[in-house]
Amino acid sequence: MNPANYVILSAVLFSIGAIGVLVRRNAIVVFMCVELMLNAANLAFVAFSKINGNLDGQVIAFFVMVVAAAEVVVGLAIIVQIFRTRRSVSIDEPNLLKY
Amino acid sequence: MSPLVLSAPALQEITPATGVFSLIAVLIGLPLLGAAVLLLGGRRTNKWGPYLGVLTVAGSAVIAIIMLVKLMELPAESRSIGQSLYSWVFAGGFQVDLAFQLDQLSMVFVLLITIVGTLIHIYSLGYMSHDKDKRKFFGYLNLFVAAMLILVLANNFLLLYVGWEGVGLASYLLIGFWQIKPTAAAAAKKAFIINRVGDVGLSLAIMLMFVTFGSVTFSDVFGSASQASEGTLTAIGLLLLLAACGKSAQFPLQAWLLDAMEGPTPVSALIHAATMVTAGVYLIARSNAIFDLATWAATAVVVIGTITIFMGATIGSAKDDIKKSLAGSTMSQIGYMVLAVGLGPIGYVFAIFHLLTHGVFKAGLFLGAGSVMHGMNDNVNMRRYGALRGVMVITFVTFMAGYLAIIGIPPFAGYWSKDAIVHAAFEKGTLIGVLTIIAAGITGFYMTRMVVMTFFGKARWEDDAHPHESPKVMTIPLIILGLGSTFLGLALLFWGNIETWLEPVVGIAEAETAIPEAAIIAITLATVIAGVIVGVMMYGRRAIPVDAPRGSWLTRAARQDLYGDAVNDTLIVRPSYYLARVLNWFDARAVDGFVNGTAAFVGGASGRMRKYQSGFARSYALSMVGGAVIVVLALVLVRL
Repeated sequence: MNPANYVILSAVLFSIGAIGVLVRRNAIVVFMCVELMLNAANLAFVAFSKINGNLDGQVIAFFVMVVAAAEVVVGLAIIVQIFRTRRSVSIDEPNLLKY
Repeated sequence: MSPLVLSAPALQEITPATGVFSLIAVLIGLPLLGAAVLLLGGRRTNKWGPYLGVLTVAGSAVIAIIMLVKLMELPAESRSIGQSLYSWVFAGGFQVDLAFQLDQLSMVFVLLITIVGTLIHIYSLGYMSHDKDKRKFFGYLNLFVAAMLILVLANNFLLLYVGWEGVGLASYLLIGFWQIKPTAAAAAKKAFIINRVGDVGLSLAIMLMFVTFGSVTFSDVFGSASQASEGTLTAIGLLLLLAACGKSAQFPLQAWLLDAMEGPTPVSALIHAATMVTAGVYLIARSNAIFDLATWAATAVVVIGTITIFMGATIGSAKDDIKKSLAGSTMSQIGYMVLAVGLGPIGYVFAIFHLLTHGVFKAGLFLGAGSVMHGMNDNVNMRRYGALRGVMVITFVTFMAGYLAIIGIPPFAGYWSKDAIVHAAFEKGTLIGVLTIIAAGITGFYMTRMVVMTFFGKARWEDDAHPHESPKVMTIPLIILGLGSTFLGLALLFWGNIETWLEPVVGIAEAETAIPEAAIIAITLATVIAGVIVGVMMYGRRAIPVDAPRGSWLTRAARQDLYGDAVNDTLIVRPSYYLARVLNWFDARAVDGFVNGTAAFVGGASGRMRKYQSGFARSYALSMVGGAVIVVLALVLVRL
């Protein structure tokens, strides 16, 4: 199979993730969309690794996974705290930090 | 008319100071110490401070008299004594010592300053007895005496400049001594500022001397003056003349002297009549080696002197304020001296001669005016005087001695000196001679006016005035100065031989006059007596109105100091204001405008930009996505 198709799939997944982040209000769903974008990037890295015939892309994919895992820890902690104080996980409601 | 006898002042060898002459530093140090104790000691010295002030100056006077006696014992060619204290400035090729030079010219100045200074200090004990700041007054007076002694004893122009600024400072402090009066404060500032103009001239002259001769000591500058070009010498001469104009209140820097009369009367007598205002004459006479070679500068000196003689005389004739009238007279008499020093070797000696006699009789006149004011509740308006000769006998007699001296009636002091100047002027040219004679006539007029209005006629006193003779502490200095006004001319001319005394320093020359000498004397005396008669006719015969009549245009102009202030305002003050306003506008609009504009732009832009910090996480996300899209598009476009 042509490796370029993986890149296209990755772009599609990334776009779905990005649109999800922009349009959904539920923090959990937004979070999942962010994960989707990260994994789309991972897929692109691995595909480029295959296309170029070296392992650099795969190494970076591991790094991204580590960062994503750390990000999940911090992000979920924030979401849990917001839920405890506000009884809601809407991403539009905590908007006090502004001009 | 070429000079018949010319003895150029060959530079004298300077003898190192020994014996009593090593006390030159003490001579200056005594009043300086007095000033330091009085001004730094504060209120603790209130009780005995004034007496200390008198003693220090009297001590200097005693030293000065001893020095004179010793100096007269020395042969004429070794009468220039030098004393170097230490190397003051030493930078590269520029070296200035803190060194003094006592020669025949300095000696007569030192005597004038210390003796007249002592008398005025004693007089002030009485005049200022009720003033609560008496101690400060004596401190300033001592400071003045010290600075003036530095001025005349310096052996280089830089040290002279120190004294020059010192007397200016003392003059400022003393004019503004009653600084609670706004007029006194303003007068002090005016004197200080106008003097700065002259001081710029002196400092530029000193710089030019250093550039030209590589040194600023008198002996180096005057010794090599003949090697400099005439243009340079003329420039130095004109700058020195500017300095002299400031300090000696000569046209066009004359406006401060009349206002300076706001100071206490002893100050007017010591600083603004006898000593400080003659510093300009000293400066020119001292720099005779330069002016002898710079003909144009010397001519300018004569012209300035002549203009000032008439300005001063006109103002003196119109003022009703006795001190301002005397101030006008001082301007006029210093004009005589400046004219005489401008004449070159035929005039130097007589300028100094007139300076000495004037110092004594004008101090006497001012102190007499102070005594009159003391008895008249400090009223200075002569229209409110009259008939004081009966109640103030000593003041009257001494004032008359000064009066006869200043108008030049033989054998009083002023006759000898003024006659010598008139004669010297005729040696230079008949026109200048005639002008000096006319001015002598005006002198006779305004002094007669003053005497008649003050001492003769009917009493026009204010109701609460109870004129009385002043205490002894004031009348004794008056008597001594009155005796000086009477005999000093004779004494200096015949006993002291002022001409041969000063000749080694300034040189002397004689030239033929177009008119025989006896005729000059006769015409001068006749003109003076005519002036006196006019004065008596105008003010003695008719009753003097208490309110000043409108007067002719000349009188009105003279009452306004011949519009000296108006001219300064129009030519200097107002253009400065406009310039300042333009610069202020430029600063406020252009400079501040640019700076403030930048800040306002950044601030305004930020104010709008911060609206994008809406608090909605999704809008931040949108802007991030938008940014990423733009970056990607840009990359793609660049690739294509």
